[in-house]
This record gives sequence, C-alpha cells and structure tokens, in this order.
Amino acid sequence: MRIGTLKETYAADEALFDTRTQKAWLAVLILALGLFPFVAGEYWLYIACLVAIHVISTTGLNILTGFTGLVSLGQAAFMGVGAYTVAVLEARLGTPTLVNLLAAGFVTAGVGALVGLPSLRVKGLYLAMATIAASFILHFVFANWTSVTQGVSGINVAPARIFGFEMARPAQLYWLVVPIMLVSVLAAANLFRTRIGRAFIAIRDRDISAEVLGIPLLRYKLMSFALSSFYAGLAGGLWAYFFRVVTPESFPFVYSIFFLAAVIVGGMGTILGGILGAVFMTMVPEVLKLAVGLLSPVLPDAVAILSPVRTIVFGGLIVGFLIFEPHGLAEIWRRTRRFFHLWPFKT
Amino acid sequence: MDFDWLFFTEVTLAGLGNSALLSLTGLAFVLIYKATRVVNLAIGEMLMIGAYLFFSFTAGMGLPPYAAIVLAILGGALLGAAIERAVIRPMLGEAAISVFMVTIGVGSVLIGLAEIIWGAEPTALPDFMGKTPIFIGDAYVSRKVVIGFTVSAVVIALFLLAFRFWRGGVALRATASDQAAAYSCGINVPAVFSVAWMFAGAAAAGAGILVGAVGGIAPTMGVFGLSALVVVIVGGLDSIAGALIGGILVGLLEAWCGTYLGGEYKMLATFGLLMLVLMVRPYGLFGTVEIERL
Repeated sequence: MRIGTLKETYAADEALFDTRTQKAWLAVLILALGLFPFVAGEYWLYIACLVAIHVISTTGLNILTGFTGLVSLGQAAFMGVGAYTVAVLEARLGTPTLVNLLAAGFVTAGVGALVGLPSLRVKGLYLAMATIAASFILHFVFANWTSVTQGVSGINVAPARIFGFEMARPAQLYWLVVPIMLVSVLAAANLFRTRIGRAFIAIRDRDISAEVLGIPLLRYKLMSFALSSFYAGLAGGLWAYFFRVVTPESFPFVYSIFFLAAVIVGGMGTILGGILGAVFMTMVPEVLKLAVGLLSPVLPDAVAILSPVRTIVFGGLIVGFLIFEPHGLAEIWRRTRRFFHLWPFKT
Repeated sequence: MDFDWLFFTEVTLAGLGNSALLSLTGLAFVLIYKATRVVNLAIGEMLMIGAYLFFSFTAGMGLPPYAAIVLAILGGALLGAAIERAVIRPMLGEAAISVFMVTIGVGSVLIGLAEIIWGAEPTALPDFMGKTPIFIGDAYVSRKVVIGFTVSAVVIALFLLAFRFWRGGVALRATASDQAAAYSCGINVPAVFSVAWMFAGAAAAGAGILVGAVGGIAPTMGVFGLSALVVVIVGGLDSIAGALIGGILVGLLEAWCGTYLGGEYKMLATFGLLMLVLMVRPYGLFGTVEIERL
C-alpha cells in the first residue's frame, strides 16, 4: 500500500511525472520500447509501427475532441492530406524525410484550420457535420486533382531515408516512428500544462464562460484544429512511408470513425486514453483475424465475415463504452491502479 | 450550342423524384430530433435495413410486394423502437455529442449486420412498379421516380396532418417545445420518445424501399442518409418545412450537378452547399436559433 504523495512546492505539484514509482515505470517502458525490435519478429514490428502511427493521430484527435470538445469526423482525411504531401514531395522534389514529415504536419495544420473556420459560427454537432463535409470534399480532391495526386491510381512513395540510412522494412522504420510518437505524445501532455492547453479545457467545459474569462474563442478553436491536424498530418506522413503507396481509398470515412472510436474507447480528455485507445483499437482487428484463423477449419467462410464483424465490433465498442464506461479505458486503468495502491484495503 | 430544354426538364423531374425521397428521409430525421433532441447519424443505415427487409420478404420468402412493403415498414418501426429502447434511453441526459457518437456506433453495427446477413454485394430489388415510362408533356420520366415522388408526397402530407390534428402528434410537439411542461400536463414523455423513433424508423424503411427500387440496394446505401443529413442542416434541424424545402434544393442540385458536371461532383456539390449554409446561416433556413444562457 502506498499513501498519498506530499507535495511541498508548486513546481512539484505541476510536474508531469510526479512520483518516483511513476518515473521508474516510465524508464522500464522506454527500455522495453528500445529493446522490442531486438526480440520481436517482423509481424510484431509491423503492428508496433501501425500502433505508433495510430497513437499519434489519436492523440491529435484527442486534443480536439477530448480536450477542446469539438467533435471531428475528418481525422482520416487530414491524415490523407499529410500522406499526399509526403508522397508528392518525395516524388517531385526528393526532399529529406524529416523535412517532408514536417511539411506534411504544417500543410495539414493549414487545411485543418481552414476546415475549422465554420467554428466561427457553429459549434457542437453542426461542426461535426462540417468536418464530415470536409472529409468528403478532401476525398474528392484526392481522387480528382489528377495532376498532383494522380487520381485513383495513387502515388508510390520511396522508402524513408535518414542520413543515408534507408528505412524500408518495419524493423528499420520502427526507429523513426516510435521516437516521433514519444515526442509528440510528450508534447501533447505538456501542452495541457500551458496557457493554451488550459484554454482548450476551459472551452470544452463551457465555451461561453471561457469567452467571458477572456479567451478568444475563435483563435483558440482554430489553434486546436490546427494542432490536431498537425498530428494527423504527421501520422499521415509516417503512414505514407509505412505503406509506401497512397491512394484516395487509403483514407475512407470509416477510418475517421476508427479514430473517434479510439478516442472514446481510450478515454476522452486524457493523454493516456489516447494511447490506450489507439493500441486497443489497432489490436482488435488483429485479434479478430487470429480468431478467424482459428475458426477457419470449422467455419469455411470465416474469412468472408471478417470485415463485417470488424465493423460490428467497432460500432459495438463505441456504443458500449459510451453507455457503460464513458471515461474509457483510462478510467479502468486508474481504478486498477488505485486498487493496487490501496491494497489490502478496499477502495 | 443550343440549350436542350427538354433534357433539362427531364433531369429536373428526375431530380424532383430524388428530392421527395430526401425530404421523406429528412422528415424521419427531424421527427427524432424534434422529440428527443438526438442527431441521428444512423438514419441512412435504418433506411438501408428497411430496404433489405423488403428484399428478404419479396425475393427471399416470395411474398407479394404489397405485403412485403407493410412488413418492411413494420420492421423499420420495430428497429427504431429497439434502437431507442436499447441505446438511446440509457443515454438520456448525457451530452448531445455523446448521443451523436452513439448513433455513429449504431450505424456501424447495422452496416456490419447487413453485410453478414445479406452479403456485401449490391443487388437490385425485384421490380414491383412496372416499367412503362410516363410522359409529362414531352418529357420522359421513369415510372419509379413518379411513384416515389407521389408516395413520398402523400406520406409527408399524412405526417403533417398527424402533427396538426392527431393527439399523439400534438403530444410530440408539446414534448419538443418543453419537456418538463409536457410532463406536468400528463404527457407520457418516454412513450413519446418511443413513438417518435418508431415513426421515424417506419418512414426511413419506406424511404429505403423507394430508394432501393430506384438505385438498387447495398450495405453502403446508408450514404444516402448523409445527403439527407445535409437536407436537414440546410432546412434547419427542427423544421419540417425546412426538410421539405431543403430536400427539393439538394435533390435538384444533385441532379443538375450529376448530369452536367459528372457523377463524382454530386457529393462535392452537396457538401459544398452544407459548408456554405453552415458559414452563412448556421441554424438552417427555418431552424430555431438556440439561445444559450449560462
């Protein structure tokens, strides 16, 4: 059992990682992430990269939806913008990988701010509709602006390259994706210790009150959109390097629902929630695939029902979590932790 | 180049047929929104299930089309009631955004179920309306479109009359304008919720049969619901007249853009209109402007 931690200074109270136990566990986690590529096989590294990309995008959506209270159904389309930016830069100019990724982030942030413009007049559900509209319009642009995006045939992307070191396979790409994920998650966690982050939270809790307190709503809402889209663009850029081909069909509307589901399942408004949600939602289809593999001797057409079952499970998870556990996996995690803290006493 | 007025008229008439279907779906949407303040993103999927029920009853069980229509509409009503009871009722009092996301989840579940039960391939509904074309003046109109238009118009008129004169319709309007006051007048508000969802489900199923008859059915036909969503946003979420006029606007816009610019521009035009309306008139043409107080 561990009793409450005593804090004597404001600095200690505001620190991101406050207890020694927390820091120790974090060190273990970093070490595990560093050792993972040496023990895991190709398949697991593939999953790890995919999870890391999803974590970045989900964290971005969490900034917008979980912390600022603006629902967006355009996250996948924003990722598409990032992916296309990287693909076009790589194919036309051949600029360095890191420059491409940053460009993807900034271009997407611009597009995101543009999509956020209706928040000038509308909010809540109306804004969600605007993001749906934006995602279909972006899809149209991907498919029909052939001179840049090459239409439905898509663009092939050269492998990522850092200081002459080529990263074509997941085992190599791991060293690019995971550090970027760590930095962006850390940045997001730190954001909510600053004035801007606090302003986001104030807007979520009651936007009129926030405005009365002197927070310029439009500027902060647009900032939230831009930040969230920056994350999406970064994730999209990594996605392009990961799958090496970008087509308009790579970023369907259901992919946006996937990210929204990840935020809800993980827990809206907590950084940990974004991470847990992305990991969980990426693993669910893999587990389903495994289950189908096991079932295939008994059920010959098991493979055919994989995709619909996945759709049902996604929808079911959204509904189930919203009804029974609105604070998501992060809350379950907190309860479990509390149980061990207070053991052998009851919570 | 001479502008072909006859062709234009034909396109416009076909567009009006589509308009009527959009209005009918929009009406189902407004019905739910007025009574329960739920923005139901699953309306397109409810429509899709209605169309598939009809498909099962006719092609699967060999029932005559008219019996199948009645059964499919009953099934739609049942589905609406089930959704309301199972997932919307527990969310009572939660933030509007949460309920909205629940309906997204419901839509996803419905799509998956349809794919498992009926397969992911698009199919055509058995023909039950006949094929003889109808001529209005010189303009050719497909029979299905005319029937779709007429049926939608009649159903919408019936709904309007029900709101005006039927006890339940009045109760629904009372609930919409003030829930607490409706409660204290002895109106059974939860029952009103259920009834609203049932009627909306029935209307959606009916619209689904008509949409399916015109364009074939597929698990992805719920996309039609997105157009209907644009309709109600343009018209105003809580306005029945708005759903009608928005439906006509969007239907014509889709028909004209689809014909003169190419099919892929349909979605672009629809969603472009949505963005425009959101920027210029956020509460739609006839929607109530919400006043927020702290």
